[in-house]
Amino acid sequence: MSLRVFDGFKFKKLNTPIHKLDPRSKFMFIIAIFALTLLFTNLIGLTVIFLIQLPLIFLAKCGKKWLKTMKGTAFFAILIFIMNFITGASFAFSLAMTIRFITLVSSFSLFFMTTSPDDLGLALEQMKIPYTLVFTFTTAVRLVPTIAVDAQTVIDAQKSRGLELEKGNLMKRIKNFIPILIPLIVSAIRRSMELAEALESRGFNASKKRTSYLTLKLHKLDYATLILTIFLLIFGVYLKLYVPLPQIDLPIKVPPIQLFYKTF
Amino acid sequence: MLKGINLEIYEGEFIAVMGENGAGKTTLIKHFNGLLKPTFGRVLVDGIDTRKASVASLAKFVGLVFQNPDHQLFCETVWDEVAFSLKNFNYSEEIIKARVRKILEILDLTKYSDSSPFTLSGGERKRVALASVLVWDPKYIVLDEPTIGQDYRQKDRLRNFILQLVTQGKSVIMVTHDVEFVAECHPRVILLSKGRIVADGSAEEILSNEEFVNECSLELPQISKLMKTLKDLGVNQKIIDVYSAKTYLVKMLKG
Repeated sequence: MSLRVFDGFKFKKLNTPIHKLDPRSKFMFIIAIFALTLLFTNLIGLTVIFLIQLPLIFLAKCGKKWLKTMKGTAFFAILIFIMNFITGASFAFSLAMTIRFITLVSSFSLFFMTTSPDDLGLALEQMKIPYTLVFTFTTAVRLVPTIAVDAQTVIDAQKSRGLELEKGNLMKRIKNFIPILIPLIVSAIRRSMELAEALESRGFNASKKRTSYLTLKLHKLDYATLILTIFLLIFGVYLKLYVPLPQIDLPIKVPPIQLFYKTF
Repeated sequence: MLKGINLEIYEGEFIAVMGENGAGKTTLIKHFNGLLKPTFGRVLVDGIDTRKASVASLAKFVGLVFQNPDHQLFCETVWDEVAFSLKNFNYSEEIIKARVRKILEILDLTKYSDSSPFTLSGGERKRVALASVLVWDPKYIVLDEPTIGQDYRQKDRLRNFILQLVTQGKSVIMVTHDVEFVAECHPRVILLSKGRIVADGSAEEILSNEEFVNECSLELPQISKLMKTLKDLGVNQKIIDVYSAKTYLVKMLKG
């Protein structure tokens, strides 16, 4: 078992137009994509939104890492598809919901792969969000890879004590994760307490007004992105309200089992 | 990253793996029970190729104790923690009881058997982790930094315990930075630097060699330094531990 999935959310400094974008305009764009994916339930609409991202991922030169993330989410994607399908949704609708999920994950993956946590913190600060909150947020983001490394160590340690993760029935396999999760949570809590003490002993929040050496500025490309974002949003809402998109449906259907309500 | 490692470890050997931070010590020992598989070449444990066996089946022979006990403690009591691995290996209830009791006694943990491992001190948690591996009596015992956080007395106990294991015919391989501890134990020393083995020999030979020791960001043991300063008196330069230094010097002074 490997935690490579997180690679697709890890920032790496590269010199591409996407990396150079201001975090604020990038975030607006991602939010727009997010809103649009939730707006549409139509297979064609969602596929188009998904396809919009692909050139951007290509432009940001992080296709390989993105693919890893996609592989990691494949399990959940399939789960969503099956859950929808067996609870009576049509084939096209189930597929649409799966694409919706993939789009959401990949848009966030694109954002975090191309935005440094420091820039993100700076952007939040300039949006007048209190520094303690900003710090909490950036720390959380920064700790994800650290905890992923920890998780791998815990898995190795428990495997060395004879724990077999890929053995037994479903219940047994879920139970197998207890020896992994508890040390992980305990060490995360220990670490956060140490972090708090270290921060306090270094005078965190001693001065009420923080100044920063770097300030973020919007450039031409950022304005272009914002205009594109607004255009996309208006176009999306217009389509949704006035233009009925063609429905595709395949004549594959199973009798509905009332197990769960429509998931996702 | 390990490069060109060619290493044979025999039954009943006591080995210290030393080297600077990032030299590849932990990477090396993770190959011993198949947690890491070689990308080139092969690792054989009692003739079994680690690429073809599961970690759980290799773990029966190779007990690996990790550096940080917090990465493996999760049970409600020390007793359950130590019994965990035995349950994984499907031992019977009676054997589990006997073995856990014995190991807790040896490692001075009996009084904690009903307490939660999380309430113990760092050094005690480290000993629980050690107990949780030694309890299934593996043939090869691999310890990652066993002396960290242990006071002098506990280190002494640990040393005696390790030496006892070695006399029972077990192989003990430990990763450590603690030159003084190694100097007192006289194991075979393997020095790693930048993923390569730079020296392999007896502790006397390697820890008294300034060149080797400096290359791996280590220091000479105190006794070795003392012997170096007494070099013009013609003292034996290969002495590294307190006891032999004392007997040697006394003998020399007496005439």
